[in-house]
Amino acid sequence: MATVRRTAPAGARARRRARKLTRRDRTVLAVMVGIPAALHIALVWVPTLGSIALSFSRWEGVGGFDTIQWIKTLNYRQIFTIYPPFWPAVRHNFIWLGFLFLATGFGLYLAVQLDKRLRMTRLYQSIIFLPVMLSLAIVGFIWRLVYSHDDGLLNNLLGTHVDWLGNSRINLWAALVASGWRHVGYIMIIYLAGLKSLDPSLREAAAIDGANEWQSFRRVVFPALKPINVVVLVITAIESLRAFDLVYVINRGTNGLELVSVLVTNNIVGEASRIGYGSALAVILLVVSLVFIIPYLVVYFRGSFAGRGAR
Amino acid sequence: MAATGVDVDAHRTEAAAPVTVRRSRRVRPARVLLHAFLIVTVLVWLAPLVWTVYTSLRPYPDTFRLGYFSIGGHYGFTNFANAWNQADLIRFYGNTLIVTVPAVLLTLLLASFVAFAVSRFSWKLNVAVLIVFTAGNLLPQQVIITPLYRLFLMIPLPAWMNQSGTLYDSYWGLIAIHVAFQTGFCTFVLSNYMRTIPHELTEAALIDGASVWRQFWRIILPLCRPALAALATLEFIFVYNDFFWALVLMSTGDKRPITSALANLQGIYFTDDNLIAAGALLAALPTLIVYLTLQRQFVRGLTLGATKG
Repeated sequence: MATVRRTAPAGARARRRARKLTRRDRTVLAVMVGIPAALHIALVWVPTLGSIALSFSRWEGVGGFDTIQWIKTLNYRQIFTIYPPFWPAVRHNFIWLGFLFLATGFGLYLAVQLDKRLRMTRLYQSIIFLPVMLSLAIVGFIWRLVYSHDDGLLNNLLGTHVDWLGNSRINLWAALVASGWRHVGYIMIIYLAGLKSLDPSLREAAAIDGANEWQSFRRVVFPALKPINVVVLVITAIESLRAFDLVYVINRGTNGLELVSVLVTNNIVGEASRIGYGSALAVILLVVSLVFIIPYLVVYFRGSFAGRGAR
Repeated sequence: MAATGVDVDAHRTEAAAPVTVRRSRRVRPARVLLHAFLIVTVLVWLAPLVWTVYTSLRPYPDTFRLGYFSIGGHYGFTNFANAWNQADLIRFYGNTLIVTVPAVLLTLLLASFVAFAVSRFSWKLNVAVLIVFTAGNLLPQQVIITPLYRLFLMIPLPAWMNQSGTLYDSYWGLIAIHVAFQTGFCTFVLSNYMRTIPHELTEAALIDGASVWRQFWRIILPLCRPALAALATLEFIFVYNDFFWALVLMSTGDKRPITSALANLQGIYFTDDNLIAAGALLAALPTLIVYLTLQRQFVRGLTLGATKG
């Protein structure tokens, strides 16, 4: 006990600790990292690299690797020029992204309101959070009942006869509302946690300086939430790129609900198995995801490890 | 005109000195407005669920006669009984159990291994390992699905593990991809959590000659119990709610877990909206039970990943 209390410079302590590990300890640690890392790399990163490699090939998937033809960038050129559903799918993904950001804004707004000392705030929170527990597939089933043409809740409430899910001009928006129903609660709960962890004196100081609610939010609270904003940004972006289950349940991602994720899947489980084509689409999805993932990692790991080392 | 009145009044209350006292005594118009807004929001949020529950409670002949948007006729649980029996739902719950329980346990175990090694010891590769796991978890599943699908078809399994002889269409494969994918997120959360445990705790053990494994199993892991409970709840829901992996990596419909089986059942067994509503609610039941009993754990799990760090 006494030896532990002895104060030593952090660097020296770390070095001593590292030296004290026996060979057996080192082996144990190597195995503890090695097994999970091997599994994760084999099933996540090897396929990622596989997608990149196969995107330059033509392969029906039957027969061995020797039946793979290498065709350079032909898949990409075809996707960009003559593959009809590609550009609509890209457009839909961007609309999805934009809409989810609006939903994120609404989630933030709700969090700020519900963070006030408010009667029944727990009840409000619980209800808005409820859809977050449901799978997107079940969300799809529930909203199909709402949007149903003759028997649905919406048409009966509005007295309209709109084919919400069948009309390719509006079904994307109908699906987005269903998706937002779940997303808002998710974002709200994350921001609520962030707001609770803020130092209350921050807001008090702003109030004493005469800032009104909006000013105090914009100048003090929102900037202080920066770490959470970064997480929320990446969550929102990735959710919109992953979107699949909901449109698949509605109409298998056709007739106005095409998304890049659906096109990828169609090329492997569809009737024609076009491995190279599907991979090229997957790489396009990867590149767009990295636009969000890399800045997130940079911000996160720079912020949390700079100067601290790993202690 | 009314709006400006409200505004000025609210402003004056803010500016007055004994703010807190005034607030509790008087009902402020801004507050009333906020409550009205929140009540409307909450009602809108509940409407789809209430509609689903309502539809599920009515027999098809009644809704056929009166329309779905109506009151009257019989109410009861016959749709639930029919959905349960016709679609043999117990089988799909069983499939879910076979996948979910091992997947969640293994994910937590493996993630705590990695988190322990990278957060309690200073290796050069620590940050790199964490980045690999964190980034891997953020990738859209569709980025890896094509080669993964081929890979699963190529990996042989003995017949006692899967009749078709490959990792594809097997519970093992499904568990493996869940574990590989979810380990990323859990490692990230657990390593943040473990970094907050004071080093003095393990140093004492180290000086007493305790092995690294003993430090992990006897000291660090028990201290992580709150984080592990939260993550277990969260991961249970994540794996339970999975639709995509089982859809693509499982070809036998009867072997699919309930969430992904629902798409097939609808159309074959769930022929009308009443049965679809009952089926969807039955499939959501375990998550709703978690919502009612373990909501705090779930929320903690979600926010652990977002707020620490």
